[in-house]
Amino acid sequence: MRFLRQSLAVAAKDLRSELRSKEALNASLAFALVILLLFSFAFDPTAETTREISGGLLWLVFAFAGTLMLNRSFARELPNDCLDALVASPVPASALFLGKALANLVLLLAVELVSLPVFGVFYNVRWLPHLLPLLGVLVLATWGLAVIGTMFSALTVNLRLRELMLPVLVYPMIIPALMAAMQLTTVLLAGEPVTGDNWLWVRLLVAFDLIFTALALALVETVLLG
Amino acid sequence: MRRTILYALAALGALWLVRNLYVILLALPDEVAQGAIYRIFFFHLPAWFTCFAAFFAAGVASIFYLVRKSPAYDAFAVAAVEVGVAFTAIGLVTGMVWARIIWGIWWTWDPRLTWAFITLLVYLGYLMLRHAIDEAAERAKNSAVLCIFAFASVVITYKAIDWWRTQHPGAVLSFRTGGGTIDPAMESMIFQNWFALLLVALALVLIRMRQERLERELDALRRRAHAL
Amino acid sequence: MTTLAAENLWKYYGDLPALREVTFSVSRGACLALLGRNGAGKTTLLKLLAGLVRPAKGCVTILGRAPREAAARARLGVLGHGIAVYDELSALENLMLFGRLYGLAEPRRAALEWLERTGLAHVRDSPVREFSRGMRQRLALARALLHNPDVLLLDEPFTALDDRAIGVLQALLRDALAQGRTIVMSTHQLREALELATHVALLVRGRLAHFGERTPEMLTEPGRLYRQYGEA
Repeated sequence: MRFLRQSLAVAAKDLRSELRSKEALNASLAFALVILLLFSFAFDPTAETTREISGGLLWLVFAFAGTLMLNRSFARELPNDCLDALVASPVPASALFLGKALANLVLLLAVELVSLPVFGVFYNVRWLPHLLPLLGVLVLATWGLAVIGTMFSALTVNLRLRELMLPVLVYPMIIPALMAAMQLTTVLLAGEPVTGDNWLWVRLLVAFDLIFTALALALVETVLLG
Repeated sequence: MRRTILYALAALGALWLVRNLYVILLALPDEVAQGAIYRIFFFHLPAWFTCFAAFFAAGVASIFYLVRKSPAYDAFAVAAVEVGVAFTAIGLVTGMVWARIIWGIWWTWDPRLTWAFITLLVYLGYLMLRHAIDEAAERAKNSAVLCIFAFASVVITYKAIDWWRTQHPGAVLSFRTGGGTIDPAMESMIFQNWFALLLVALALVLIRMRQERLERELDALRRRAHAL
Repeated sequence: MTTLAAENLWKYYGDLPALREVTFSVSRGACLALLGRNGAGKTTLLKLLAGLVRPAKGCVTILGRAPREAAARARLGVLGHGIAVYDELSALENLMLFGRLYGLAEPRRAALEWLERTGLAHVRDSPVREFSRGMRQRLALARALLHNPDVLLLDEPFTALDDRAIGVLQALLRDALAQGRTIVMSTHQLREALELATHVALLVRGRLAHFGERTPEMLTEPGRLYRQYGEA
């Protein structure tokens, strides 16, 4: 209970300071829109084939825009040495991590939920009827992205090159989650139900989230202590 | 003493490789369907086995480092990853050469090929992270954590991609298939060559670990000189 | 009674020892002034005491516990070299956040009380970004004292403060000492620190060169200790 309260306090703090400055949020949203625009040059937006890869396109946008957000997660603690004060407090490092990952989940979902209708309009994809299962996929895959991203943001926070390092480390690791999310999103956007083989991808997403959340919670204390 | 062991290992590995080359190139006959190119399997498969072994060992060494905090485990982890990356490259290149001849293309987005490529990227990320951290203890600690994540992710990715249909030839060795699909002489040669490559890999790891140790000592001397 | 003990602490950065065989103990109600040149290891020692960094060898005991135990950290107040307040949040929000993290029963009341005591009540809803250095330092001190810690670790608390702010800070620290709290602070401001200190420690290149009670002579001639160990 106490653990959860502390995590939520950290998450609320991160969200509040991000909403005040909006640095990462604005950058991430603008970037998402730019990529959506760029895709229209790479693929013929009206072709039926584009609709078939819509899930993949959408998740590329989310993954690219997401790292801009994740970069800021621990970097936000750097001015004034705030990280030291958090680690010195009786909050366990795992609660700190969970709070930050939750804040990232909310921020990433916000960007995704803004990009989704824009994507639907630009590429003539009907997403509204499948909103509920789509939300499930969004939350599961975004949590995977948030966990890996937050952990690696902690790993690279003291590096001069952290903005460059984070994407290089994050993308190869989240491939299983991205793959599952792309597959499921494409199926859902095509208006098909999730059946049979596709449940495998849901199971993969859940397993991915569980394994990496557990690993991150177990290892984050080592990372944050000098 | 340590040096003698190292040279002995390397020499044994090299001799065994030469002997294997003789058998592979001159003693064994061509395969019926594929002709001469099938001989690349004697390096392709053992290279992949060696790379799994190296990455697994690096993951275990990283766990040990986090528990014991001894620089020797860190040196082993980085040595094993570097050697593992080299063998990943060998595995990829030998596979591509074979694919060019049999399939007519260098690359196809087949799950196993994709997985191999992702593995290479994940461990290149590990090496890049090491390069970016200057302070030795911090570097060892953070890269150990990354190495554990990397191994988990490589296993999960393997599983995930396995669910896709595959163009890559299936398992051939009898411990996977239950026997009957491969000539015993060939199978024994694959294992023999694997052990030879493992010896070479082990010698490389030991050399790399020695480099790490010397670098640490050099660093200590340099810092002491600065401190004076 | 020993509140804080360091036993044979070693810490390396790379292969350079930042701290070597540092051993000392501080009893309840004492105020230890930690002196030394830049790079002598003061900040490293404070980080080890705060449990932010693990020693390569040796151990730290705070109130009979290891510094990474939550129970020990709950009774520890830390003011680092950076002042550890969030620029986007208001003074009140900053304090309430840490009140929650320390598990206070009434974070808002504690926060308001400390804003009053540090003279920041009138700006409680302004974002910290707009604060002067002195105001930030006072807020940071309020943050460190918020949960009534038994042990206070302060890294350079007097740096960049004007005379008035130094006076406020000294008064707050005197109060804390009078209530039986234990303070360890690193500083370059000898005069201000020595007025408060009951004990003095001098670090020379990572070694504890001197540890003892503060003598009256130190007040009249603050630089003497440095000269005595060839650190003038």
